[in-house]
Amino acid sequence: MNPGNLIGATYWLPLITALVIAVAVAMYVVMDGFDLGIGILFPFFPQEGDRDQMMNSVAPFWDGNETWLVLGGTGLFVAFPLAYSVIAPALYVPLFTMLLALVLRGVAFEFRWIAKPQHRKWDLAFAAGSTIAAFAQGTMVGGLLSGIKVDHGQFGGAALDWLNPFSLMCGIGLVVGYALIGACWLVMKTAGGVEQSARRRGKPLLLALLLFILLVSVWTPLRFERIAQRWFSWPNWLYLSPVPLITLGLAVGCWRGLVGKHASAAFYSAVGLFVISFAGLAISTLPYLVFPSISLWDAAAAPKSQSFILIGIAILLPMIFGYTVFVYHTFRGKVRPGEGYH
Amino acid sequence: MDPHALLLARLQFAFTISFHIIFPAFSIGLSAFIATLLVLWRRTGREHYHRLARFWTKIFAVSFAMGVVSGIPLSYEFGTNWSRFSVVTGNVIGPLIGYEVLTAFFLEASFLGVMLFGWQRVKPWLHLTAAVLVALGTAISGFWILSANSWMHTPAGYEMHGGVAVPVDWLKVIFNPSFPYRFAHMMTAAYLTTSVVVLATGARYMLAGKFEQEAKTMLRMGIGMVAILGPVQLLLGDQHGLNTLKYQPIKIAALEAHWKNDGPADLVVFALPDEKHERNRAALTIPHLGSLILTHDWNGRFAGLEDVPPAMRPPVTSIFFAFRLMVGIGLLLIAFGLTGAVLWWRRRLFTTRWYLRMAQPAWPLGFVAILAGWLTTESGRQPYIAYGILRTDQALSPVAASTVATSLVAFVLVYTIVFSIGIRYMYKLIVVKGPEGAALEPATLPEGLPNRPLSTADEPLRESGARPPGT
Repeated sequence: MNPGNLIGATYWLPLITALVIAVAVAMYVVMDGFDLGIGILFPFFPQEGDRDQMMNSVAPFWDGNETWLVLGGTGLFVAFPLAYSVIAPALYVPLFTMLLALVLRGVAFEFRWIAKPQHRKWDLAFAAGSTIAAFAQGTMVGGLLSGIKVDHGQFGGAALDWLNPFSLMCGIGLVVGYALIGACWLVMKTAGGVEQSARRRGKPLLLALLLFILLVSVWTPLRFERIAQRWFSWPNWLYLSPVPLITLGLAVGCWRGLVGKHASAAFYSAVGLFVISFAGLAISTLPYLVFPSISLWDAAAAPKSQSFILIGIAILLPMIFGYTVFVYHTFRGKVRPGEGYH
Repeated sequence: MDPHALLLARLQFAFTISFHIIFPAFSIGLSAFIATLLVLWRRTGREHYHRLARFWTKIFAVSFAMGVVSGIPLSYEFGTNWSRFSVVTGNVIGPLIGYEVLTAFFLEASFLGVMLFGWQRVKPWLHLTAAVLVALGTAISGFWILSANSWMHTPAGYEMHGGVAVPVDWLKVIFNPSFPYRFAHMMTAAYLTTSVVVLATGARYMLAGKFEQEAKTMLRMGIGMVAILGPVQLLLGDQHGLNTLKYQPIKIAALEAHWKNDGPADLVVFALPDEKHERNRAALTIPHLGSLILTHDWNGRFAGLEDVPPAMRPPVTSIFFAFRLMVGIGLLLIAFGLTGAVLWWRRRLFTTRWYLRMAQPAWPLGFVAILAGWLTTESGRQPYIAYGILRTDQALSPVAASTVATSLVAFVLVYTIVFSIGIRYMYKLIVVKGPEGAALEPATLPEGLPNRPLSTADEPLRESGARPPGT
């Protein structure tokens, strides 16, 4: 569909809802990113006391964090039912892998304490569940970028179409990224041995993440003609040139936070790295939700459905941000060894 | 459309949603119970209310976590397995679920953190507020999801454009004809179910001679709730049934095994419905009672299954028995609540051991009734997924049977292991541990400083670096 032919609400509503969904997904990636990252880092912290401390540092937040995933998924269902009905069957395998992994790690937050001293199996469930969920999410991004076969408005491909070297690489990349943001969270929110160890782990993770960002930045324009067009045609090239510079600046900030005194600088720089990478992906694909057949406007729900949910979002999202800030403020400061939020 | 994929996808949804519904139903009731206990504690200053609130909060945390993780897959199954359903009804159903996320999920998930971990971080009134907000969030969540579900039974406020349902009037969509009845019926079921668990726990401690003060409070509160809500639920169920008769007459015909509309209807107390020959075997019936219950008229008539061709009928046998199971448990609970109330009135409640012995194993009854009720109403909507709009066999995604089979097996494996362990842990918290420890001092430390230990009972745990569950 050519957006030039659309006028008024039919043009703007899908753009606004798409922006809201993008914010929800970005919030999810950053916020669940650090608590998934803590699970990914579990194997590197074998001491029971350290693990208690790590889990306590995210326990009051993880549930709220994961709700952004529900908002992202239902947002797509609400605003772009056609895209949802194509993407979900196409990514069936990684999607259900992720969901089951999230079940395992989610219950571990409560089960681990009840099971003590037989809690090792829930340590394993937490670590494996977090890692598998992160990997599956990465392969979903890769699968989506690789394109989905659409036939008469329905998914027309096979169960494993999403599986290719590029999507696998995206999976590993996201595991590394979440581990980094988790390490930066620990530097900020814990003390003693956990903090020191997180500082040590953070540095190679940062370098590895930069390598993945570089790899994706080179691979996508080479593999996908449309992405090369988007980034390297004049004058896009000029407008987009700050993106790699900002990325580099954030990487330096993160490194300095990891080695220096300003522990929170590392975390916020890592958040920035995620946001800029996410924006880069959005620049590469928009306005398509499923390349090349479904754009925002093709997939959009009825204007009456979009406007109804947007009214709710306009009123409720600021409130949600408000009490999210309240909860993080309530549990501010470092968790100390042997001390939880109880 | 692949018939194997259809069957597997239906099995998968039935399996995942049946596991899921148990936990939110318990969480809705339990959060309200905990908030009530905290209010009582604030008003009376009696410590055992606080001990009880802390004790049930641990169990609530486990139940809530299982509800969250078993709920997320459902919102994605609409897309993965039922993509035609998403396209056809997404414009209407989607925003209702969106509102559930925006008004309820964030509220409960955020304040849950304060409720579980804020006992000493925040002032008592703020902690109480958090507990109330969590309870409110669970109820709001029920509001939206039951609105969406009710719309699938009694769609309203929409028009069909190019085979897709498009909203016309949101108020009519949200408050569709069956919604007020379904909402009242289900929320009462949740509170009633939880009250039975509380009552059973009180009876258990009373019999064992443990936690006597707590046991008495739980028995009183549990019996009070069951004695009131049991009869209320009977009235609500009756009204819900009349509403269903008006909008989905064939569902009523199926759950009453009522084949022919040829005069005043008997009440079929028991039968073996024979769907092939369109009659009941081994039937035990009471003349005119069916008419009286469903039309409130001695000679009233209502639609029979033979009014529609077999392909348009829901499965009769399973609905017939599920409905009887639900009603049977309901009547049992009413008798139970009233008996308890009489014993309480005669001041014999805490010493009547036969009653306590019957109460102790009664805890799962409410859950069984909820599952039976949902099986009745959802199977009764068949062959439609959205009544009169879309048939279930046309709602499927273009997915292969093998793919659905694989995910179904994975769900069964993971859910069976994880949730059976979870239920065992809840049992362990209730049976082995119980409501221990002294009431907490309210938060008195300056902000930002580390918390001090919460109670003497938790000291040994703390030294090993552990924390008590769900606190």
